[in-house]
Amino acid sequence: MSRIKWLLPTIYIVFLMLPIYWLLNMSFKSTNEILGSFTLWPQNFTLDNYKTIFTNPSWYNGYLNSIAYVVVNSVVAVLVALPAAYAFSRYRFLGDKHLFFWLLTNRMAPPAVFALPFIQLYSAIGLFDTIWAVALAHCLFNVPLAVWILEGFMSGVPKELDETAYIDGYSFPRFFTRIFIPTITAGIGVAAFFCFMFSWVELLLAKSLTSVAAKPIAATMTKTASSSGYELGLLAAAGALTLIPGAIVIWFVRNYIAKGFALGRV
Amino acid sequence: MSTKTVNQKAWFMVLPVVLLVAFNAVIPLMTVVNYSLQETFGDNVFFYEGLTWFEQVLHSERFHAALGRQAAFTLIILLIEIPLGVAIALAMPRKGIGVPVCLVLMSLPLLIPWNVVGAMWNIFALPEIGLLGKTLNSLGFDYNYTRQPFDAWATTIAMDVWHWTSLVVLLAYAGLSAIPDDFYQAARIDGASRWSVFRYIQLPKLKRVLTIAILLRFMDSFMIYTEPFVLTGGGPGNTTTFLSIDLVKMALGQFDLGPAAAMSIIYFLVILLVSWVFYTYTMRHED
Amino acid sequence: MAEISLSNVRHSYLDEPGEDADWALKNVDLVWEDGGAYALLGSSGCGKTTMLNLISGLLTPTEGRILFDGKDVTRNQAEARNIAQVFQFPVVYDTMTVRQNLAFPLKNRGVARYEIDKRVREIAGLLDLEASLDKRARGLTADGKQKISLGRGLVRSDVNAILFDEPLTVIDPHLKWQLRSKLKELHQRVGATMIYVTHDQTEALTFADQVVVMHDGHVVQSGSPVELFENPRHTFVGHFIGSPGMNVLPGTLLNGKVTYCGYSLDGEYSDKAIDRILNSENFEIGVRPENIHFSREGIPVEVTRVDDTGRMKIVTTRHNQQNIRLIVPEGEAVPEQQGYIQFSPGGASVYLDSWLLDAEGGHS
Repeated sequence: MSRIKWLLPTIYIVFLMLPIYWLLNMSFKSTNEILGSFTLWPQNFTLDNYKTIFTNPSWYNGYLNSIAYVVVNSVVAVLVALPAAYAFSRYRFLGDKHLFFWLLTNRMAPPAVFALPFIQLYSAIGLFDTIWAVALAHCLFNVPLAVWILEGFMSGVPKELDETAYIDGYSFPRFFTRIFIPTITAGIGVAAFFCFMFSWVELLLAKSLTSVAAKPIAATMTKTASSSGYELGLLAAAGALTLIPGAIVIWFVRNYIAKGFALGRV
Repeated sequence: MSTKTVNQKAWFMVLPVVLLVAFNAVIPLMTVVNYSLQETFGDNVFFYEGLTWFEQVLHSERFHAALGRQAAFTLIILLIEIPLGVAIALAMPRKGIGVPVCLVLMSLPLLIPWNVVGAMWNIFALPEIGLLGKTLNSLGFDYNYTRQPFDAWATTIAMDVWHWTSLVVLLAYAGLSAIPDDFYQAARIDGASRWSVFRYIQLPKLKRVLTIAILLRFMDSFMIYTEPFVLTGGGPGNTTTFLSIDLVKMALGQFDLGPAAAMSIIYFLVILLVSWVFYTYTMRHED
Repeated sequence: MAEISLSNVRHSYLDEPGEDADWALKNVDLVWEDGGAYALLGSSGCGKTTMLNLISGLLTPTEGRILFDGKDVTRNQAEARNIAQVFQFPVVYDTMTVRQNLAFPLKNRGVARYEIDKRVREIAGLLDLEASLDKRARGLTADGKQKISLGRGLVRSDVNAILFDEPLTVIDPHLKWQLRSKLKELHQRVGATMIYVTHDQTEALTFADQVVVMHDGHVVQSGSPVELFENPRHTFVGHFIGSPGMNVLPGTLLNGKVTYCGYSLDGEYSDKAIDRILNSENFEIGVRPENIHFSREGIPVEVTRVDDTGRMKIVTTRHNQQNIRLIVPEGEAVPEQQGYIQFSPGGASVYLDSWLLDAEGGHS
């Protein structure tokens, strides 16, 4: 039993890697080779697809836009969530439970429902086609998520910490920034990771709220696929490059992944 | 924790969150409700229509069909991903270098933009030049996901399993790691079988994380849009047109704002209702 | 029921143990007699739990053999050893009722239903669990849960031994005493070997007929409570047992005589013994506080502290930067500041590198 135990995770990981391998494989092929023959690895290894992406601003700007709104969103979401999560974890106040539940219901709202109203809303306030529109729109689901995760971490910190600090003469803002935030850095890391993740992978809203100037890389890809015919190699290379930020982030938080999920509380 | 103190000033601390989320949720939702009750022929002229659009949507075959496809899809992926995810988590190593390797490799699909997931599977499954499509065809299967509904469904489901099973694995793995060694040792002393250990120790301790896993997978698969849209475009025909794809077609493609808004509200309510019923049902014995 | 012997057992949690510190258990050679009530005593991290897990089969020793009635069971898994074990923190099967929890170990072994019923009722009665038999186990308090854990250990009638790993840590003090006497009573009734791990000497001495003291991966002494008290073979035993513990003082050799700061001890030491003292790194003298008294002459000390416990006084004195404690019976006088102390005849022993040296020069 224990001898064949490794088999299932191994098969699963191979299954996960196959499409990724195929994407990388294609990204190193020329369009001719892709369409001409079926080859398991590139016969004429080429970096042309990547060269195109790194030299053409309409491509690499897509990356910069995506990174920009993802970072802005993560920072904003965590910053506003911190005091709110503290309030939920420490105090009772009028309507606290209903408020918490209402926040979570926003995680259940299909982005498709919000696409059109968002276009109108962000056009009306003049933010349409800016990274700010996407960063703010993604707060719809990321802020509730960050509040939820941080509340979990904060409830794990004993209340005595707060009380001791007040007795020692700390004011609330000084206590919060000097003592409390440093004790929950792991929680902030996990919350930021999840905000990054959900903002980075979402496309429906990101695409709807941008047209030219702030278009995310993922949307650039979709456009290429339809407008310039089947430039599969280029598409594959662009796709392969979108794996990198995710891979880097995972590597940094690899020791926290299990812990972050372990918060399993609703 | 019953030791929380009553402090109405805490409202000031949650105010930024409330404003930000309300801005994003309440105003658009009002717009949707507004549209759902009115008819427009352009030029921002609206007529009050009452519940007409709701009746129309609730009686439309198109909505029934999309809802049916959506429910079937969600049910199938839940039936595959939850048991598979738990099985993989159970078989994963508990210590050593294998742990970070598994966690990192398994998390990878979760951080790929959703349309890239669609595009990746699109090229992977192409009958002539994709690894999966070519292999299946040379094995004698007549596989073409752009033409045959069954193939389109199978590919969409395989893609979702590929994309999301890791979430279940990570949740279940975290739940399993939280079980103290004492429990396994006591079970061995008590002479419990492997099945008993799973049934009486691991499964009860996984209940909370599995509830979350099922809820998240239910919600997200019920809202699925980008991946099947890029992979199959909702086709062949309408066979993989799920609720979100249908909704976007109606709202942004045909600009049928009234019915689209009514459908949005029904859609949102269905998700809320199912989540709420499921959650209260599974948690009824919790303190 | 069986006699359990550990023969040259060593255990390390590392894959490739090298130096001494890598071993959690350093060469244990020990026999647990059938039907004994044992306490396994020692401070945290001394290898007590490792020892228990080796006996129950949760761990397989790195080296050495474990025998049940002379039969080698070293490679047998826990399931095959027929040992019951209760852990420090309560383990209950949440989804089961209390009754199902207690029946679980019997059911897994295919015991007949009426027999299960009988045993479960008996054990529930013993632990005052009858009222909650049909309640869900997860709703109980920590006390209640630990009682279930105890019950699952006690419910099996045919076990080779029952092992308790600090089972009363989470229990309320007043219940602790009650449960401990229950265990003792049960031992007399069923007669199974019981091994009770604790770091609390009161707990150990009230439960056990035989006490095994562990220190730093070694079994330093095994014997009756009285033996351990009167004749500690290792300074750790002297320290650990008794309240306050044995005084351990630096020893010196003066003209071939064993002395403490020039005050010679009674008793003759053979040439061999003197030779060993000369060759040892650490030469100490152990004296129980009970074996020291104030006198008109002897070792001059300064009295620094007096604790009155009611039946006696514990006096802390100082000589040459060295604390020496002694027990003075109630009613006897204690000098105000300066005084002299003497060791009772035969009351002091010599320890070389922490181990007792007997007069002939051998280690006992």
